[in-house]
Amino acid sequence: MMTDLWDFLMIIWAHPVTAKLLHISILSGVVLGAVAYLTYAERKILSAMQRRQGPMTVGPLGLLQPIADGIKLLSKETIIPTQANRPVFLLAPVLTFTLALLAWAVIPVDAGLVLADINVGILYLFAVSSMGVYGVIMAGWASNSRYAFLGGLRSASQMVSYEVSMGLIIVTVLLCTGTLNLGEIVLADRPLWMQVLLFPMLIVFLISILAETNRAPFDLPEGESELSGGFMVEYSSMSYALFFLGEYANMILMSAMTTILFLGGWLPPFGIEALAVVPGVVWFMLKVCLILFVFIWSRASFPRYRYDQLMRLGWKVFLPLTLLWVVLVAGVLIGMDALPVESRF
Amino acid sequence: MQVARFINSFLLVEIVKGMALTLKYMFFVPRATLNYPHEKGPISPRFRGEHALRRYPNGEERCIACKLCEAICPALAITIEAEPRDDGSRRTTRYDIDMTKCIYCGLCQEACPVDAIVEGPNFEYAVETREELFYNKDKLLENGDRWEAQIAANIAADSRYR
Repeated sequence: MMTDLWDFLMIIWAHPVTAKLLHISILSGVVLGAVAYLTYAERKILSAMQRRQGPMTVGPLGLLQPIADGIKLLSKETIIPTQANRPVFLLAPVLTFTLALLAWAVIPVDAGLVLADINVGILYLFAVSSMGVYGVIMAGWASNSRYAFLGGLRSASQMVSYEVSMGLIIVTVLLCTGTLNLGEIVLADRPLWMQVLLFPMLIVFLISILAETNRAPFDLPEGESELSGGFMVEYSSMSYALFFLGEYANMILMSAMTTILFLGGWLPPFGIEALAVVPGVVWFMLKVCLILFVFIWSRASFPRYRYDQLMRLGWKVFLPLTLLWVVLVAGVLIGMDALPVESRF
Repeated sequence: MQVARFINSFLLVEIVKGMALTLKYMFFVPRATLNYPHEKGPISPRFRGEHALRRYPNGEERCIACKLCEAICPALAITIEAEPRDDGSRRTTRYDIDMTKCIYCGLCQEACPVDAIVEGPNFEYAVETREELFYNKDKLLENGDRWEAQIAANIAADSRYR
């Protein structure tokens, strides 16, 4: 039986098309499993920080809780408001979910282990993650509810505002690496002074992805205490589950993006060669988990921003700061004659 | 002063302090909640829970049908009927407590001259129908038999203060 299965897998692996299909199914399976257990980890970490225990009943230490939650969500009734725009209302969660999975195509989880090794990977990633805002706007508009509409409006302006500074932060990294290919960004040579120079951008990037994924303390689009769930207020059952999965998959995606841009992807930390015995995938996962912990950690630590404060932070602090840093990084690179690509001037 | 504030906010000093605090709570502060059905909090010996009718060690029921508890009950939850038994002693033929009326004031156990009716330490007797909460004498005596060890220990522990 086992050998049969093994032979079958080998046959699949041998053909390029079926091999890609297998790769896709494994990748999405891992991402979805990670989403399920990210919700569990979030509840456990939050409760530990609030001196509680979190889920303890379903399975040992509550480990089966995400599965129970999933079954519960799927067995609920799908409610579509009579005033809602049906096609758009149903399309919105599907779009969010699909986009969250789509972006994983260009993420290299280990040397060469990437679905689509395209040269402009970072642009693709940035484009797909920016399209996530459409799902939220569509949901907010199609629900035909004031709460949902306000949530959608907030979310749109918030995500667009923070994308500006995110784009500029990516520019600083690209200046240092000289390539748009995600795998090459990881492998690019980074001396210590360059890492010190990029460190403030890592902090700004972390704060920006909190805003980009609508997470606390920037969770105004949901804002359960003021908008009672924001753009998701009218959703239930499967469509809600898709939003939920998409949102958490986006968190993992953004963490993976941070890992690739700043934390050296699948390479062992601090360039210690001896640690290379551990497979690169494991290092990649550990680094992603670290960023995800920061996500949850800041949710436990900070109260929600006021809307004008959020906008002020995005446009009046991050935008000038990142612009300044682009100029600074470019200047330092030219001054030290360390531009990764031959200059034409 | 302005410069200090500027540096403080740019180096995220307050943010780091806040995150350090939550991290400290996560690893070094013990949890404050109980895993309820598996762990339970401490209960005072004076805790007024589910009622029970006690017996003497030889098996004779303590209640002498004086009806003081029925008289004092502010919620009129207790109903007693009594007549002399064959050996001439006064005993109850009916002792009902309507647990849906009871306000758990403890006046019945204070009034009882023979420590027969007591409110025991049990508070987990939720049931699915209203009728199950109309306790009769059998139910109350059964409660007494089940909780006697703890009830006796509680009365002994509290006797110093009475």
